[in-house]
Amino acid sequence: MEEGIPTRMGDGSLTRMTRSEIKADIEAGTQAAAAKAKVPPLSDVEQEHLLDIYASKARFTAVDMGEGVIISADGSGTRHIGTRQNDMQCFEQLLGADIIELWHIDYSFKAVKTVLPFEQQEMKDCLNVITSPMQYGAMPDLGRYTQPDGPIANWSELMPLGKIDEARDAQLEAVEQAVDDMVFVADGMAAVGADGIDLDTTGAAGDADFLAALRATEIIRKKHPDMGIEMGMAGEFVLGMHGQIEYDGRRLAGMWPLAQLKAAEKAGATIFGPCVNVNTGKSGAWNVARAITLVKPCMAEAKIPIHMNAGMGVGAVPMCRYLPLDAVSRASKAMVEILRLDGL
Amino acid sequence: MQMTRGMRLQPAKEYVAAKLGVSVEDLVDPLAMSEVRREKGLGTLIYGECAEPTEPQVMEAKFHIAEVLDVPIACVDGFKKRAIA
Amino acid sequence: MSIAHGVASGMGGIRTAGDLVARMQLTRGMRIKEAKAYVAGKLGVSERDLSDPVVMLDVRREYGLGGLYDSEITDTNDAWAIQAKFNIAELLEIPINCVESFKTLVRGKLGAKS
Repeated sequence: MEEGIPTRMGDGSLTRMTRSEIKADIEAGTQAAAAKAKVPPLSDVEQEHLLDIYASKARFTAVDMGEGVIISADGSGTRHIGTRQNDMQCFEQLLGADIIELWHIDYSFKAVKTVLPFEQQEMKDCLNVITSPMQYGAMPDLGRYTQPDGPIANWSELMPLGKIDEARDAQLEAVEQAVDDMVFVADGMAAVGADGIDLDTTGAAGDADFLAALRATEIIRKKHPDMGIEMGMAGEFVLGMHGQIEYDGRRLAGMWPLAQLKAAEKAGATIFGPCVNVNTGKSGAWNVARAITLVKPCMAEAKIPIHMNAGMGVGAVPMCRYLPLDAVSRASKAMVEILRLDGL
Repeated sequence: MQMTRGMRLQPAKEYVAAKLGVSVEDLVDPLAMSEVRREKGLGTLIYGECAEPTEPQVMEAKFHIAEVLDVPIACVDGFKKRAIA
Repeated sequence: MSIAHGVASGMGGIRTAGDLVARMQLTRGMRIKEAKAYVAGKLGVSERDLSDPVVMLDVRREYGLGGLYDSEITDTNDAWAIQAKFNIAELLEIPINCVESFKTLVRGKLGAKS
């Protein structure tokens, strides 16, 4: 009888699966991704590699010596250790993060715009005591521009009323304001010496949200040719909340990671972060096989570094508050080794 | 001017006032001095709404202080030594 | 989570050459292999050495590239943080925004390295 190997589910809970069950889950995960996104499934060699990682009983695993990649730590720090500057220093000095990110607790460009001078001062203070590259991060967060939080009619309320044209117009109006805010903050950070800007969870509110980030990237790239622009996605698939928005002649709704990457490259991003959401009812092995399958088409074609999102609930990292070391290290090693990522 | 040149208080104030082109009385006036400091890049308070991160601050300001007062500042000399111009 | 990724897959930041490789990604959009090759070439080390903290401690001190603060290992005569970034910019031949900003704000008073 096969031994039960401790392994994690997508919600972080510990379970036991036999080697055969893990192998079956890996195959099921890659086939699910292949069918959905019309991409090739992982090869037998790649699936075997995943099996070796996920069928191990080791508490921790890692890439081979010398094979490390760049860790761009979105949302560096805990916000509960000393000042934010101390937090950044902790991430640099103690955690070995390669790119540090300063951020505001209200992680939205619309919110940061109103407190920009304070954020600028904080960034400058940090830059004086941090050696690693520092970027400033926030979300495009298109939904924030809608009523009651913002001035624009709420398209989520208009659509169920059948007011589709009005909903589309509202989204495009929000795009203009979001682009202004992202560029405003980027300008401010460039002025005080930041190394880059991170447009995090791009596409969270669908295709209009993605468009806002792409347009902002174009403008920032033109104004600040040497500034790093990291575009981290919110999900593997761009939702068509508008449905008819195009960028560079291609409809944004329905884009999978490879098409998202092409758009980001065209806009002028320097680093692209694909994102695959975790299915909490499936095993970690299933989730990682699916995630790698969906992102793999990006790797051969990418002209810019790919930093896969591997945080809570994405990139085969469980959706739970205290992330188990075994689950995160497995996802980390698996994605870096099979995808040949440029970073996480 | 006290620490680096051992000046007594009155000579030190007169020296600084002359270098800044202000009166001795102005030296203790925060309104007058914030303008002078900003103009000469000598650094001002980093405080809430008054902070100006795009102006010389802290280390940057000390470069200007050293030149305006014509005194060596150790950390400025150390910075020049360790960093490449 | 960050510790897990850092220890499992990270290059190690300023403990090794992670920040330098990261700058080539952030500023020049280089893929990882190209970025590592470039940095290794500039430092005169092998790509394998880039992840070796034993090698990189000496290399970083020699070039004034900053690193971890540890009073038993480094000392205050070593270039640090903003000072180190001056040296990093010159060595890697890339603009570092806060270095350029610093030079602008001191308005030409930086002087030559003695």
